[in-house]
Amino acid sequence: MLFYILKRLLATVPVLLVVGVFIFLLLRLTPGDPAAMIAGDYATEDQIAAIKENLGLDKPLINQFFIWMSNIANGDLGESYFFKKQVTELIIARIEPTLSLSVVTIIFTIMIAIPMGIISAYKQGSWIDRVVMGFSVIGFSIPVFVIGFGLIYVFSLNLGWFPVQGYQRLEMGVFQWIRHLILPALALSVIFVAFIARMTRTSVLEVLGEDYVRTARAKGQTETKVLVNHALRNAAVPIITVIGFAFAILIGGVVVTESVFNIPGLGLLTVDAVLNRDFPTIQAVVLLFSFVYVLINLVIDICYTFLDPRIRY
Amino acid sequence: MLTKQRKNKLFGALTAITLGLSSLASGAMAESVLRVVPHSGLKILDPIWTTAYISRNHGYMIYDTLFALDTSGKIQPQMVDGVSRSSDGLTVTMTLREGLKWHDGADVTADDAVASINRWASKDAMGQKMMTFVDSLKAADSKTIVFNLNSPTGLIELALAKPSSNVPFMMPARIAATPSSEQISEYIGSGPFMMNMDEWEPGVKVVYEKFDDYVPRSEPTDGLAGAKIAKVDRVIWTPNRDIQQAINALNAGEVDLIESVPPDVLPLVEDAGQAYTARHSPSGLQYTFRFNVLHPPFDNPKVRQALLYAFNQEDFLEATMGNPDFYQTCKAMFVCGLPFETDAHMDGLLESNFAKAKELLAEAGYDGTPVTLMHSTNLPVLTNLAPVAKELMEAIGMNVDMQSMDWSTLVARRSKQDAPADGGWNAFATAWDAGDLFNPLAMAFLNSSCDTALFGWPCDEQIEKLRDDFARAGSFEEQKAIVEAIQARWVEYPTHIHLGQFYTPAALRNNVKGYLMGGVPVFWNIEKN
Repeated sequence: MLFYILKRLLATVPVLLVVGVFIFLLLRLTPGDPAAMIAGDYATEDQIAAIKENLGLDKPLINQFFIWMSNIANGDLGESYFFKKQVTELIIARIEPTLSLSVVTIIFTIMIAIPMGIISAYKQGSWIDRVVMGFSVIGFSIPVFVIGFGLIYVFSLNLGWFPVQGYQRLEMGVFQWIRHLILPALALSVIFVAFIARMTRTSVLEVLGEDYVRTARAKGQTETKVLVNHALRNAAVPIITVIGFAFAILIGGVVVTESVFNIPGLGLLTVDAVLNRDFPTIQAVVLLFSFVYVLINLVIDICYTFLDPRIRY
Repeated sequence: MLTKQRKNKLFGALTAITLGLSSLASGAMAESVLRVVPHSGLKILDPIWTTAYISRNHGYMIYDTLFALDTSGKIQPQMVDGVSRSSDGLTVTMTLREGLKWHDGADVTADDAVASINRWASKDAMGQKMMTFVDSLKAADSKTIVFNLNSPTGLIELALAKPSSNVPFMMPARIAATPSSEQISEYIGSGPFMMNMDEWEPGVKVVYEKFDDYVPRSEPTDGLAGAKIAKVDRVIWTPNRDIQQAINALNAGEVDLIESVPPDVLPLVEDAGQAYTARHSPSGLQYTFRFNVLHPPFDNPKVRQALLYAFNQEDFLEATMGNPDFYQTCKAMFVCGLPFETDAHMDGLLESNFAKAKELLAEAGYDGTPVTLMHSTNLPVLTNLAPVAKELMEAIGMNVDMQSMDWSTLVARRSKQDAPADGGWNAFATAWDAGDLFNPLAMAFLNSSCDTALFGWPCDEQIEKLRDDFARAGSFEEQKAIVEAIQARWVEYPTHIHLGQFYTPAALRNNVKGYLMGGVPVFWNIEKN
């Protein structure tokens, strides 16, 4: 297992290299000049050229790339052109909100979607099944920001139960931290609940027809134990796959939610960096997201071994 | 021995007393905090290095200026106690007020002022012009600043009272020694607030705390001049990219003030009844259409003149602001509501006289050369300008190639002098704060010094001579006459076209009072009940 993990971790290197090349070239081929943005309205061409030289943007692309890569290898993600702070520092400051939002969203998703999917499968064809599937379709269709504004209207502006916007760090208190995350997490979880509930239903339905389930019932197991210990356990592999996939998408897809709820996470940092052509920040965040995605895939693969003893690496 | 009942009563009484005392204590210690949604996130903390308005606004929080403009646009001393001139007008002596301190506790000295002026003037066009009159600038003693001039000029105080980017903010000499090509790394000022660096989250939150040792002037607050009294203990800036959400937060009491609210969403503020609107600027901002005179067709002044007749301000303002309560047409180049407002030589212009425009175009020999019109798409306040310009230009027979792009791309492209077909440009529209336009030296687009002019690169000796004359003028009347002469010359050699004035109001919760109409958003004088 350890060897497998090491092998997978080593395999992230070429993946990150490819992503690095892609994002590096994409930024430099996109119109827009960070030196001009930094220099400001009154800058002359000479001043912009001086800034370009200062930032190393006047060097050949291949030189810029190798300088960047060698800095990354030394753990230096570079300095933000605009904030004049190390990108590492910026990311560390912004990672907690994004991680918090993602984790709480996944927890909500799992807590809602899996029971929904199981019940829907168990009550296949019933009105419960139809409601769940109907919700699934609606959940896919409504944009996150629409759900977000709807939740804000009801629960913040009318009932006053939750704040309209913002984020409270965990160190300031768990209660306020979770209070600020509930609405954005709910808004973001709708589409994932729709997707995972549907996936759970399909997987559990497949398993419910298996011989061992009939055997478990014949042996006098309660329906709950049949569903949880036998059906769900065996249906878990594809469900876990989808959850992992959703989590990875979530990390990169919180931009809209962070914008709506004004949560100062990596999503907003990326948007600002893109609009300002802050190359070091964009490059670092994209690499980070890629690494997280690869890591999540690895974790999911390891989880399989716990769910299905037949799977061994 | 106490019975159980008596123990419970005693416990209850003690609890009540403790809670009461603690709430009294917390009430006595409670800070007043003003929570503001600024128009943008603050990224660059050096207001000399960048012209960004958010950095300028940050500058007003923590720095002070030697002079400032009051609400009628008159220059008033701020950090300066008195100004005297020699009889030949070649020596200007200023004395600093007593008791001025930096946020680190050190005294403000004349050396600090000299270093700050030098740094600012090395970057700012108006400052550069001022320094052409200065043979030497030095500190005679710890409180006295002396300008030795090569020629009398009224420009010194005018430049040092400049209200908008780049504002001549005063900094400690060691910080002002930073070359203007680099950003400062320490943020110590002598303004009414101090920046709390520990709580600063770049792009997310900026926290300012009242500077208890600030010495305000004794005169009443008047625009950017007079007493600057911080009436709240803390000001927290938290930008919000979604104006709808910012308004929701205002109505829910999570924020106290939104710096800029587009008119189309104002009903959300008004209908909720929790907040009201206010202006910080009597003159607002001015839309501007900028030519690139390096390439056809706008290398021909007559073609540019044709647009003076083809355009009208109402169309642009209606397309961008919509509500006439928030805009005004104004033919004055130097902004209605400010001292140099004049309509001289503007008769018949900006009234969409297509016949006259076509006539001028024919005289100019316009041959159908396409106009590459840059159209920025991601700044709502500017987005609708280019389409209106395109329509009006096409109405007089011009061939317009409108190219849409985000603001970052436009900024990069506008600095290029290449031909439009090679990645350059012919025209674009933007907006300036009235404080950037209040005289011919502050107005960057008027600078016609050819290659050293701002993008667009107009090149006209007459305008430059008139701007120089303005700098040398000894009286307001003289300056006003020169302004009229500049407008006359501008009609013959248009450098840009002013497309009217607009403003977006601030929204404040009903318990927040004292928002100043100083021309730029400032947060002293504001109190929260």
